[in-house]
Amino acid sequence: MITYMFSIAAVAILLVMAMTLFRAAIGPNTYDRILAVNVFGTLAVILIAVLGFLKGRPEFLDLALVYALINFIGTIAVAKYIRFNDMGIGTGRDEGGDI
Amino acid sequence: MGSWVDLVACLFILTGSVFVCIGGIGLLRLRDVFERMHGASLIDTMGLGMIFLGLMLFSGFNLVTAKLAIILGFVLVTSPTATHALAQAALHSGVKPNVDDASQNLLDKTLVSERENIGE
Repeated sequence: MITYMFSIAAVAILLVMAMTLFRAAIGPNTYDRILAVNVFGTLAVILIAVLGFLKGRPEFLDLALVYALINFIGTIAVAKYIRFNDMGIGTGRDEGGDI
Repeated sequence: MGSWVDLVACLFILTGSVFVCIGGIGLLRLRDVFERMHGASLIDTMGLGMIFLGLMLFSGFNLVTAKLAIILGFVLVTSPTATHALAQAALHSGVKPNVDDASQNLLDKTLVSERENIGE
């Protein structure tokens, strides 16, 4: 029964990944696209974990951990680049709007 | 012992799948960037949390459970941070949220004072 549940979860996650890609394709703003890619990364983490349990190889969780780390750093970096047109160092002042 | 724990794990994973679907529909159908962030946060917290709790219950007490707990804790910390940074970047670059007039006036005042603080 639990194997069926893993399959159901994997199918649901794949459907939502397709929805996310659609939003990333049609998103009106740049921020819609960044948000869609962020959600896609989170869904990839869940999918890797569920597929690892479905195939009986939970060692895939290491890949999921690395994917979560890269997803966070990538989102922050792209948001900072879009906002400031730069990835360089700050001005040293108390920047109220800095990410 | 095994069957009851597996049943509870099934319920957790099913709940998480339902929340993932709701978040995906929200990401498609809501009107605004900030409203879509609401749907995305649903996937990040309830979807991933419920599915990972179910997997932790299923796998028992071993290294896999520790890895799942580490990923869960990391995502629960970093996902609100990324959403906050993204919302602030969108707000400062001029994306209008879908609010009423009083809230919009308050938001404009806040943005003007923050721009003076930065020095733009």
